[in-house]
Amino acid sequence: MAAMTDIKPGFHDPVLDSQAVFRAVLDAMARPGRLHRVSHLKDVPAPLAPATAAVCLALVDQDTPLWLAPDMRSQGAETFLRFHCGCPLVDDRSTAAFAIVSGGKLPGLDGFAIGDDAYPETSTTVIVQTEGLATGEGLVLRGPGIEATHRLAVLGLRSGVWREWADNGPLFPCGVDLILVDDQTLAALPRTTTVTEQEA
Amino acid sequence: MYVAVKGGEKAIENSKKLLAEDRRGDPRVPELTLDQIREQLSLAVDRVMTEGSLYDPELAALAVKQARGDLQEAIFLLRAYRTTLPRFGDSEPIDTAEMSVRRRISATYKDLPGGQVLGPSFDYTHRLLDFALAAGDNRPAAEIADAPVEGDMPRVTEILNYEGLIETEQPDDDGGPVFDLTRSSPRYPADRAARLQNLARGDEGFLLALGYSTQRGYGNNHPFAGEIRMGEVAVEFAPEELGFPIEIGEITVTECQMINQFQGSASQPPQFTQGYGLTFGHCERKAMSMALVDRALRAREFDEPIDAPAQDEEFVMAHSDNVEASGFVQHLKLPHYVDFQAELVTVRALRKSFEERIRDGSEGSVSDAAE
Amino acid sequence: MADVIDHPSRAAATPPDTRAATGYNFAYLDEQTKRMIRRAILKGVAIPGYQVPFGSREMPLPYGWGTGGIQVTAAVIGPDDTLKVIDQGADDTTNAVNIRSFFAKTAGVATTERTTEASVIQTRHRIPETPLTEDQILVYQVPIPEPLRWLEPREAETRKMHALEEYGAMHVSLYEDIARYGRIIKSYNYPVKVNDRYVMAPSPIPKFDNPKMDRMPALQLFGAGREKRIYAVPPYTKVKSLDFEDHPFTVESWEQSCALCGAGDSYLDEVVTDDKGGKMFVCSDSDYCEQRRDAGHQGDGGDSNYATRNEIPENETSSGDDR
Repeated sequence: MAAMTDIKPGFHDPVLDSQAVFRAVLDAMARPGRLHRVSHLKDVPAPLAPATAAVCLALVDQDTPLWLAPDMRSQGAETFLRFHCGCPLVDDRSTAAFAIVSGGKLPGLDGFAIGDDAYPETSTTVIVQTEGLATGEGLVLRGPGIEATHRLAVLGLRSGVWREWADNGPLFPCGVDLILVDDQTLAALPRTTTVTEQEA
Repeated sequence: MYVAVKGGEKAIENSKKLLAEDRRGDPRVPELTLDQIREQLSLAVDRVMTEGSLYDPELAALAVKQARGDLQEAIFLLRAYRTTLPRFGDSEPIDTAEMSVRRRISATYKDLPGGQVLGPSFDYTHRLLDFALAAGDNRPAAEIADAPVEGDMPRVTEILNYEGLIETEQPDDDGGPVFDLTRSSPRYPADRAARLQNLARGDEGFLLALGYSTQRGYGNNHPFAGEIRMGEVAVEFAPEELGFPIEIGEITVTECQMINQFQGSASQPPQFTQGYGLTFGHCERKAMSMALVDRALRAREFDEPIDAPAQDEEFVMAHSDNVEASGFVQHLKLPHYVDFQAELVTVRALRKSFEERIRDGSEGSVSDAAE
Repeated sequence: MADVIDHPSRAAATPPDTRAATGYNFAYLDEQTKRMIRRAILKGVAIPGYQVPFGSREMPLPYGWGTGGIQVTAAVIGPDDTLKVIDQGADDTTNAVNIRSFFAKTAGVATTERTTEASVIQTRHRIPETPLTEDQILVYQVPIPEPLRWLEPREAETRKMHALEEYGAMHVSLYEDIARYGRIIKSYNYPVKVNDRYVMAPSPIPKFDNPKMDRMPALQLFGAGREKRIYAVPPYTKVKSLDFEDHPFTVESWEQSCALCGAGDSYLDEVVTDDKGGKMFVCSDSDYCEQRRDAGHQGDGGDSNYATRNEIPENETSSGDDR
């Protein structure tokens, strides 16, 4: 157990910073593929990205089991999340309300909780740390929240992710939702968003 | 046309002032103190604590005063306050077998260990308006008994259990957290913990009527008042840093265990079953009603036919809460003129086409349309 | 629109806060409750039209009086927001006034009566006439979130019907109207289907407002406090009012236009002017009417007493109970 002094600080103003980060995530989820910057945390324990940590502090607590992918675990990160969020860290990702993963080693999407037809909200929200996000290029996104189409480039994902994503959509109303993170920037892909690769 | 008028904020302020004036009543009459309410209207305070699900006689007395004696309003006040309180943790389960009993009666045995203790009760009062009380309450205090109430007072269910004649209550403790009705939305079918929480907070009048209905054949479950006890129990809390429970206070509770017939099944021998009621303070009618409804709601567990309102879990749980019910019934006072306008447009259109049909068509088409 | 939308920390910029002043947290709710509501809202957005159960709290206002909308607004709102609250389309109805002052007191946020100035609009029974934009969130107060409730009172059953997309009973019920009256007689809270999947209650807005929900640029959030449900319609999402090919959905229309501003495209309230059948029609959306009058539009005046009483702006003329 790390000493208290080793724990990186949380939000400067937990109430208002949580609200601002939530609104960023809400807008991201409501308008898939749009980029939002949340710069509320500067100094976070590796391997967490600042936006990952900010989303956790805003939304994760004792009621939401969190799963850390093996390459996302560190004593600093676990202590930080336990201290600031008070969340249980679970070993089985199918029981997690939130999960933190890296795009390069993203485990199969089908291993997360997808909810059931009666309670589809009991699915995992997966926070994916990428190596870069950009709009105006890359994937073509369609679905609720998008007027016609939206472009989003996501760097650093292992291959096959979008094939699995194409299998996630038909599970509707079940399915996982993604929050994509790059440093202080985030975007979201709810289960309703369809992704097309390689389109002009 | 109050809604069309500007200055709603001022109207609301004025309404609040008028309310305060009415609450105070004639200023020549001395103002009620919270002590007076707590001590002399104690059953009102107890009901407010029970249905407000917050044990605090002082605050409940304040709520009764602020609500002008409207107990449902007082319950609402206490609930709205309760919801803002931080949670330090869960107490240990209270042990009513260890109660300092002030009242304990059983209808199932003439005499039993510990005896029948009537305690303070309306039961055998003649309901004659006491005009002497109107002039002031000067009667002497009750005498102190020669001997204290027997300490060893086993519960009737334990006596029956000795012979295996009654189901044993198994805590469904799987080590996980107990469902908390005040923190999450109920799911149906609900477990007994959720149901009992709902009934404990439920409106006394609603539960009384439902409990009564089970006695009249709507979900009959042949109840006997196995035991009703009222008194003080210790509340213990185990702080994480100590690792063992310490007593943090004492509360008054009323407990009712109803004993009900059960025919048995292929897998279970015939034995009695239970319905359970528990309230803060002295709320005997509520505790008994709760126990009747609790037993009725266990119909599914015992493969009994479910055909009466009191056995219908969703019906009972969704309508027992008087804060919810009162709010929604009274929301009909809010303006609905947009929807009413929509209905006006529809009704006028329907009437117009009706009249057109009368004018143009045969009678046959009209009666077809009215089918 | 910038490529990346910034959400800066507001802590330093916030004036000495309302928290100390009221003794309650910013926007009343404690942070754990807000997180729980926020998570429910996010899942609602991800599953358009699906009613997410949430641990609704007792609010200091009665159930049925907007506690669901208030909890959603309290979870969403921040110090940069400007709040508008309407009831029956109007900002000055007592319930709207009461809720607006609740947030002004507990969150210290700016409030407005102008639709175009608001970033968050909480509403009961109407959608503003002025089209909403991407920068706005519309929060509906919902009394009964379950559109199937009138056909099947049991939650255990309706949940199954939604899970199985089993909406036959709803269509039968609407068709019975047609068989009996020649038309669907549901005039408000008219059921819609969201994104071709969930049948949803739009809250008791008149069906006149239903088309505004379809592909609305603003995010629409719905809160039902007593029934403990939150649901959402993301921006640009298909919202279709249920109908039949031979009986397409239609909305109310009036022969009259607004007596005050002359609008012929707005939802009209019928105002009774005497007990001999005298009446006039005015916009239900008070801001829309006011903006039009400010821009020089005029109606035929209708009843002059009524018109005088509603002259704008008129600061706090009366408490109403002395009329």
